[in-house]
Amino acid sequence: MYKLLLCQRYLRTRYIALASIISVTLGVATMIVVNSVMAGFSTQMKERIHGILADVVCESVNLDGHPNPEELMARIRAVAGDNIEAMSPTVEVYGMLSFKYLGQWITRPIQLIGIDPESKAQVGTLVDNLENYQEVRDDDGKFVRAAARKRGEVPNWELIDEHMEYRRRRAEQQRIFDDTMMDSAHEVPLEEPAVNPHNPPPEEEAEINPAKTAKALQVLQAGAEQTVTAELPKPEVAAEAVTDAAHHDELVQGAEAGVNPFDQPGVPVTEAPVVAADPAALNPARVYLGAGLFRFPYKDADGKVRMVNMVLPGDDVTISTVNAGRPPKAVHFPATVVDVFKSGMSEYDSNLVFMNLAQLQEYRVMVDPSTGERSITTIQIRLKDFSKSKEVVEQLRAAFPPGHFTVRTWEQKQGPLLAAVSVETAILNVLLFLIIAVAGFGILAIFFMIVVEKTRDIGILKALGAHASGVMAIFLSYGLGLGIVGAGAGVVLGLLFVWRINDIEALLTKVTGIEVFDERIYYFPSIPTHVDVSMVIWVAVGAVFIAVLASILPARRASMLHPVQALRYE
Amino acid sequence: MPTSPHVAAVAVEKSYRKGEHKIPVLRGVDIQVHRSEFVSIVGASGSGKSTLMHLLGLLDVPDVGEVTLGGQRIDDLPTRSRDELRNRVFGFIFQFYHLLPELNLLENVLSPLMIRYSTWQYWKHRREMQDKAKHLIERVGLSHRLTHKPRELSGGEMQRAAIARALISDPEILLADEPTGNLDARTGREILDVLKQLNEQNDLTIIMVTHDERIAQQADRVVRLDEGRLEAFRDLELAGPHSGESLRLGEKLRVG
Ligand SMILES: Nc1ncnc2c1ncn2[C@@H]1O[C@H](COP(=O)(O)OP(=O)(O)O)[C@@H](O)[C@H]1O
Ligand SMILES: [Mg+2]
Repeated sequence: MYKLLLCQRYLRTRYIALASIISVTLGVATMIVVNSVMAGFSTQMKERIHGILADVVCESVNLDGHPNPEELMARIRAVAGDNIEAMSPTVEVYGMLSFKYLGQWITRPIQLIGIDPESKAQVGTLVDNLENYQEVRDDDGKFVRAAARKRGEVPNWELIDEHMEYRRRRAEQQRIFDDTMMDSAHEVPLEEPAVNPHNPPPEEEAEINPAKTAKALQVLQAGAEQTVTAELPKPEVAAEAVTDAAHHDELVQGAEAGVNPFDQPGVPVTEAPVVAADPAALNPARVYLGAGLFRFPYKDADGKVRMVNMVLPGDDVTISTVNAGRPPKAVHFPATVVDVFKSGMSEYDSNLVFMNLAQLQEYRVMVDPSTGERSITTIQIRLKDFSKSKEVVEQLRAAFPPGHFTVRTWEQKQGPLLAAVSVETAILNVLLFLIIAVAGFGILAIFFMIVVEKTRDIGILKALGAHASGVMAIFLSYGLGLGIVGAGAGVVLGLLFVWRINDIEALLTKVTGIEVFDERIYYFPSIPTHVDVSMVIWVAVGAVFIAVLASILPARRASMLHPVQALRYE
Repeated sequence: MPTSPHVAAVAVEKSYRKGEHKIPVLRGVDIQVHRSEFVSIVGASGSGKSTLMHLLGLLDVPDVGEVTLGGQRIDDLPTRSRDELRNRVFGFIFQFYHLLPELNLLENVLSPLMIRYSTWQYWKHRREMQDKAKHLIERVGLSHRLTHKPRELSGGEMQRAAIARALISDPEILLADEPTGNLDARTGREILDVLKQLNEQNDLTIIMVTHDERIAQQADRVVRLDEGRLEAFRDLELAGPHSGESLRLGEKLRVG
């Protein structure tokens, strides 16, 4: 009985011991916060990667692809049909993206993925990553307008009305510039619509235009108004493909002849002499462009960070890649940007360009002229139950002889990244636990001090008949109590921190003036957290265990004190 | 006189080691204290009075010789049993009171019972125990100080609290090591009166160490510890305990 009473009294009166426990509290709180944020990040990241990559991918080893995807998918279905929810054949190839920005050509390496949006949307979260499906918010996060496309809609390769409108006006402007400013025909249009991601109203454009183009401006405005009012007949997609085909064949052939179309200012699409039918007609190649490829944050004069778009949906870009010919040759073709792909994984956003599969197959010469058979390089598979993925991978590996296809789950494909994250978490945990262990040494030292301070009381207890084990129990339960108090406070503190982490981040940003968590860097609107209950329990138990462990030595010393020595101690 | 003494030390030797040197403190001490006897031990400071008390009260073990309780040897018992005996049979009173500073008066008085019983047993019987403690506290005249911490009490009050604590476990033998040593003369006499009362009314065997001869003379018998040996300072064995005579006889000292 006295053990509990004394232990409780010591807890209440020895504040120095509470000081030693603060380090345990902080250690526990830090561990909980770090683990929760790391878990938040990695779950979000995994979700995103998973969404982009599909459950299982069956990749052709050969960049030229594999003919007859139907036969291939039939084989996959025969082997693992029970587990398969959906499949999407794709062509994945490396390439280059070029576009003109502020009068300069910019070229970036890309991973070009030819997809069929309908089936692709079934194997992954394509719709979640396309901007036309998202609400529009301005740079301050204020709501501008609802999503242009509803989530149920199957993604396609058409421009939404707003972007089509923009494209028409661009074409119109181009025509007027070509007409009125013959001397500077090869310069970029002056009102590069870089800063505003949406269609600026004509009046705003007027402000940007320098005075010397006043005349052009008038015409331009008139033209712009015209395009708004006049109902332009929407060109048939098929007709458009036919009319454009000649022009694009020129381009492709030009490449084959070893002529770089970029050397000739007249050739690239944006400035190409407009084909007769419709100056705003879309190119047969359509792309969803990774946001990181053309968008960057820019600090304006007010110190406000704005996103600058070097390309907008409705603009044309040029894509270069290799064809599947013998030997492989470079191909170049213009493509119309129809949407922006943004997943939140910068690795993907600054690499991926999705393109209409059929057109990519055409350009890459993956269509057998005699049979009309189209080759693909990859089949993305969505499973009914991802927990079966290992099984399916085994089945598919057995079915496809090695050397033709590699079959992997998305986790295996992203193995190094996921492993790096888990190693990072593990190392962080070890380091943070060391902090708590260091706190343990603090407890040890302070406990020794308390035992020395309490020497006489220990002597009294022994004189009154307390057993050595009882005296030991006092200090062990004291350590346990301190551990529980410290760990408990740490858990509460840590959870509160995690709960309010975004407010804390906002406050820190306000106080320091530095953006602590920049959405534009991390692609998360707020800091993601995930509290794992078992993690919290383990951390708390570990901290309590360390506190008890640290009190063993002092408690043993107390129990072994000789009562007479202890009583004589002054 | 009863044939077997209540508590006794037989040829007890004790020395302390100071580095290489062995400092003998007790060099063959014999003492027999009978039931209900009140014995004082006097002696110069450092003569080993406290050491002897500790040996009798099982706080320490003698190098040579033995300590007996009711004729049974007790100094060689295992520590658990010795702890038990300290808790149940002996009551200690110290010069510096030795109350536990974190506990209030009531809790201090109850502490031997808390040590004796498990939490559960204590909780079950806490009412009776508290009543008993309050009764004892009333008896030493501290009822108005129940919830005071030791540092809020005067020396005399602390010593009376210590006496109440020593009595709560109904001990057979009270070991008082200079109980008045730290108190002024009047308070010291008050404490002594309490002890005498206990000795007379409760038949408590009391062994008291003091270096104040006037106080020592209040006992039934006074022994002196000198050069590690015990000698009768005044032996009133014939007069027997509790006799008012013994006090008066005390004036005629028989120095041995
Ligand atoms: N733990 C110890 N270590 C060394 N010497 C001790 C110890 N305890 C007591 N002594 C010595 O033993 C002698 C007797 O001490 P003590 O019994 O306290 O004397 P008294 O109570 O008569 O004043 C003293 O000289 C003291 O210094
Ligand atoms: Mg002494």
